[in-house]
Amino acid sequence: MTEQNIADLEKEKRKIKSVAKMKEIMTTYYIEAKTAAESGKKVAWITSGGPVEFLIAMDVIPVYPENHGAMIGASKMGVDLCEKAEEMGYSRDLCSYARADIAAAPINGGPIGGLPRPDFLVCCNNICGTVLKWYEVMARYFDVPLFILDTPFIHKEFSPAAKKYVIDQTYEYIAFLEAQTGKKMDYDRMHEVSRLAVEGLRLWQAVLDTAAHKPAPMTAFDAFFHLALIVTLRGTQTTVDYYRQLLAEMEQRIKDGIAMVPNEKYRLLWDNLPVWYRTKWLSEKFASHDACLVGDTYTSAWSGVMDLIDPDNFIESGAVAYSSVYINVSLDKMFDTLAALIRKYDVDGLVMHSNRSCKPYSFGQYDLQKMVMERLGIPTLMIEADMVDARSFSESQIETRIDAFMEKLKT
Amino acid sequence: MITAGIDIGSITAKAAVLNDGKILGTRVLFTGYNAKQAGRMVLDELIREIDMSMDAINAVVSTGYGRNSVDFADKAVTEITCHGTGAHFIDPEIRFIVDVGGQDSKVIRIDETGRVLDFAMNDKCAAGTGRFLEVMARALEVDLDAFGPLSLQADAASKISSICTVFAESEVISLISKGETRENIIAGIHDAAASRISAMARRVGIVPPVMMTGGVAKNIGAVRALETRLETPIRVSPHAQVNGAIGAAILARKL
Repeated sequence: MTEQNIADLEKEKRKIKSVAKMKEIMTTYYIEAKTAAESGKKVAWITSGGPVEFLIAMDVIPVYPENHGAMIGASKMGVDLCEKAEEMGYSRDLCSYARADIAAAPINGGPIGGLPRPDFLVCCNNICGTVLKWYEVMARYFDVPLFILDTPFIHKEFSPAAKKYVIDQTYEYIAFLEAQTGKKMDYDRMHEVSRLAVEGLRLWQAVLDTAAHKPAPMTAFDAFFHLALIVTLRGTQTTVDYYRQLLAEMEQRIKDGIAMVPNEKYRLLWDNLPVWYRTKWLSEKFASHDACLVGDTYTSAWSGVMDLIDPDNFIESGAVAYSSVYINVSLDKMFDTLAALIRKYDVDGLVMHSNRSCKPYSFGQYDLQKMVMERLGIPTLMIEADMVDARSFSESQIETRIDAFMEKLKT
Repeated sequence: MITAGIDIGSITAKAAVLNDGKILGTRVLFTGYNAKQAGRMVLDELIREIDMSMDAINAVVSTGYGRNSVDFADKAVTEITCHGTGAHFIDPEIRFIVDVGGQDSKVIRIDETGRVLDFAMNDKCAAGTGRFLEVMARALEVDLDAFGPLSLQADAASKISSICTVFAESEVISLISKGETRENIIAGIHDAAASRISAMARRVGIVPPVMMTGGVAKNIGAVRALETRLETPIRVSPHAQVNGAIGAAILARKL
């Protein structure tokens, strides 16, 4: 065999086989969503951190503009759509998911020819404040009802008043869904969905945890891809089955000694959303230094609150869990999560993506960086970019920073 | 052992040839649009000047933005590491480096061996870089070399509030039309650049003694403005502009 053949075989061996199944599930999901009107199903657009379980229980198809934004970014269609949004009058300072999605709606733009038309919208502000205005714009554009679930920011603790406030809204949310669908909530079904949601979260976390093994069978770049199901179809049997399959594959890789990055020497943690249009470049760049991004704060954000959810009391426990997600809490709490991840994955460094789009995620990163360096003695690297808008990505600057950071780690 | 370091920056290409810790010569050229050719040319000119043949050079390390386009280099190393090594070689007491080049400014904290402890670079913006000063020199119709001495004659630095090169330029033009003196405007420009660099330096944590490297270190006005902002004296070596190339040549000894 030639060297090239051996290299190809090695590469093939490292590929995650479940990817095909995942693509199939996502394709089926989007076909169902786009043909919902014909099958008599309702479609709701919902924010990535919103309580989707209630929609699943009511047989409403959830659609995620943020997941759409990520697909637009990964298909390198972000700049074009962002520019269109700017022509429509939206500021370049606005989140690129919002810009891409707002611009895609009237022209059915993006890789899947636009999202299916919503019957109503559900907006939960546990992930940012931008979604409020973004969803108001879309509700006006499609002339459909909008439900807003307001989750107060947690500075120190979640007060009983705040908890009651979110629980009350959850009941309003159920009433809203009953009015929209014209049927009553089936609480037995809701209980089953809650159970599946928690099971899915636990399996997803178990998948991520396999990267604590040295060498890691998967990287954060793989997690960015496989994340889609826990966001979009949480609370379904499909998601549980898929993550069980993925977990089995990861465990087998560990047994077979298959590492995602050959010669893994340096283990790094990623902070913030991916740079969707440059995941391949970044992944290869780090791998060229024998560095593996073994974990990240983003893909573990969903499962990060799973211990707070009690499937037997989803309405009340879910209210607390949804309010407690990674970017709806104080820097001190974020640091605790970050420190736990650094310890769990036993990393040599932290790579922070200062994401021009995501203000709640990026604001405070310099403080977190300082806390990590001073309290944990872990070197950090800051790179400035954007999750979808490639105009904010300067390749040679970022390359120099990564190279210099790796030179520092190596000496 | 004779080694060479080549630093291809956005505006200039620099070369240094060393023989076991002794600088045999250095050279600076404009990079132009062909970085690959600039790397070859700057070294050719230098070895001719010091009367040496290419065969005598045992190892070459390239650095700077064009580091990967120097095809005859044995290794490419980032300018962060090279500036740390170069500054340590010139003055072992140095613990902090402010490097201001053509398209970026960076701050580097090093330990007693010249190893990089931490660094920060400007983001995608030319404010506080050599290019920023070039644009301002053009607007003021002053030769860039005169910037330093002129700014020292200012009676009060003008206030340039914009951090964007393009907007700062229009601010400068409006100051000119208001009759503000060139000296004061130039001092204001230096202060605007220094304040931006100082914010970055404070983020990393300033540990004296501080050295300034890069082409802008030749500008005494920029150095003084930075000293005021950083509240510490700054050492400038006669090799400031070729510090990265010197560091690269030293690293080449380890190959």
